[in-house]
Amino acid sequence: MDLIDQILIQTINGIVTGMILALVASGLTLIFGIMDVVNFAHGELFMLGAYVGVLTLSATGSFWLAFVAASLVIALLGAAIYLVTLRPLLGRDPLTTILATFGVSLVLQNYALWQFGPAARKIQEPITGHFSLFYLDYPYYRLVIAALAGAIMGGLWLFLKYGTYGIWIRATTQDRVMAQAMGIPVPWVLAGVFAIGSAMAAASGVLYGPTVGVNYAMGIDWVLKAFIVVVVGGMGNLGGSVLAAIFISLLEAYASLWVSPSQAVIVSFVALILTLLFRPTGLFVATPK
Amino acid sequence: MSAAAAIAAAPADPLLSVEGIHTYYGKSHILNGVSLSVGRGEVVGLLGRNGVGKSTTLKAIAGLVRVSQGAVRFDGRAITALPAHRLARLGIGYVPEDRRIFPLLTVMENLRTGLDRHGVSKARKAELVDKLFAFFPRLAERRNQLGGTLSGGEQQMLAIARAMMLEPKIILLDEPTEGLMPRMVSQIREIIAALHADGVAVLLVEQNVPLTLEAGERIYFIEKGEVRHHARAADLRVDDPVIHRYLGV
Repeated sequence: MDLIDQILIQTINGIVTGMILALVASGLTLIFGIMDVVNFAHGELFMLGAYVGVLTLSATGSFWLAFVAASLVIALLGAAIYLVTLRPLLGRDPLTTILATFGVSLVLQNYALWQFGPAARKIQEPITGHFSLFYLDYPYYRLVIAALAGAIMGGLWLFLKYGTYGIWIRATTQDRVMAQAMGIPVPWVLAGVFAIGSAMAAASGVLYGPTVGVNYAMGIDWVLKAFIVVVVGGMGNLGGSVLAAIFISLLEAYASLWVSPSQAVIVSFVALILTLLFRPTGLFVATPK
Repeated sequence: MSAAAAIAAAPADPLLSVEGIHTYYGKSHILNGVSLSVGRGEVVGLLGRNGVGKSTTLKAIAGLVRVSQGAVRFDGRAITALPAHRLARLGIGYVPEDRRIFPLLTVMENLRTGLDRHGVSKARKAELVDKLFAFFPRLAERRNQLGGTLSGGEQQMLAIARAMMLEPKIILLDEPTEGLMPRMVSQIREIIAALHADGVAVLLVEQNVPLTLEAGERIYFIEKGEVRHHARAADLRVDDPVIHRYLGV
């Protein structure tokens, strides 16, 4: 086991984790970018997505059906959460939306505990093969995760860049009042964005489920890391979030060569603090003049 | 001009009629019963000093400011309570004072915010864009440039062009010549004439009195949130006592 091999393995691990984290964080940053809402319930949407995946998988036996079903169900749940808890708070102090989404996260977490119990459920990965990577049997599925996460984010980018609804979303982000005056149905755009962000959280939950097991608290770690990523990448900056997710995951992966993985988390916080101190607008955006 | 003559000048079956609207910003009473009307394809000017409620009148018509009393009727229906995006689809184009181009959208994407509506065929969209670019060659050259990088005059062109993509029946123009070079001001005059020739009504708020008298058919004078006077543009001169009285120029 020489160091070079280990570094290469950790690079691959870091990128795979980074892609999933990017998928979680881009949902979060999309929602923040368009409506200035910091969604503390995002981790629970990730977790519930994984549970919908577990249930669909056990009912149908198809992982891919579970993946699609989880995204759709959680998209609807996200839109409902938006309509019921956030829409009435639009235009109020941002603190009220933080409290509201935090409340939603507690409700959803405890609902999952009550409904599914504390024991972790397993999602069987759809692809079970391994290939040898230096001294390791590396599962193909982890590469599939990274590729799929990348494909979803690429699809989102194309949608935002070229689609009519993508232009509506970007126009609404830049000037909500003028977007309305141009006939863009802003209330629907906001609900739609919340649904898309939620679906991305659910998709990541199902994709990541097979590697860790699904339990009611699985969202907490992810949402914390996703918040670090969103800040380090620049609030509301989609491309920045993706880069920051990979950057943070690589840092942690390399750090865990020398310390235990739970200690390696410290480097993300260090990165967060340094970013806030020296580049508060984000690592990957040009500093505004 | 007598009150009877003023009423005679207003259209019998207006496209837009504003009937005694009141609006508030917080506790301050901005519009105090504004009434006016605009006929189909008619160019109407709205003059008054700064801060008397001209911009607020346009915003209230566009649905961007809540009307707490009074009514707005457009094309034969009451629209007072409709959300702004519905009004835009009904054919009310709004060009705000500060232009409010989407800075991070390209010129073409800015246009698409108004163009990409349900029920507009691809061919019709292409036709509208071609016609627009023939009229605004500067925008055609810059179609892939970000809105925020355009000059002030180009942004004003884009703001008007963007509203035209809605195929509106009326365009609400808020101080389109503000901060523009004289050459651009005469271009604004041409644009208003072209809209008029196309049968689009214009409600024009301006500080530029000569332009307003030249472009408009009728002029409303607004003071302290109320319409105080109403006259045919042809009956007014730039140095008219009426102008002095309401604008203090």
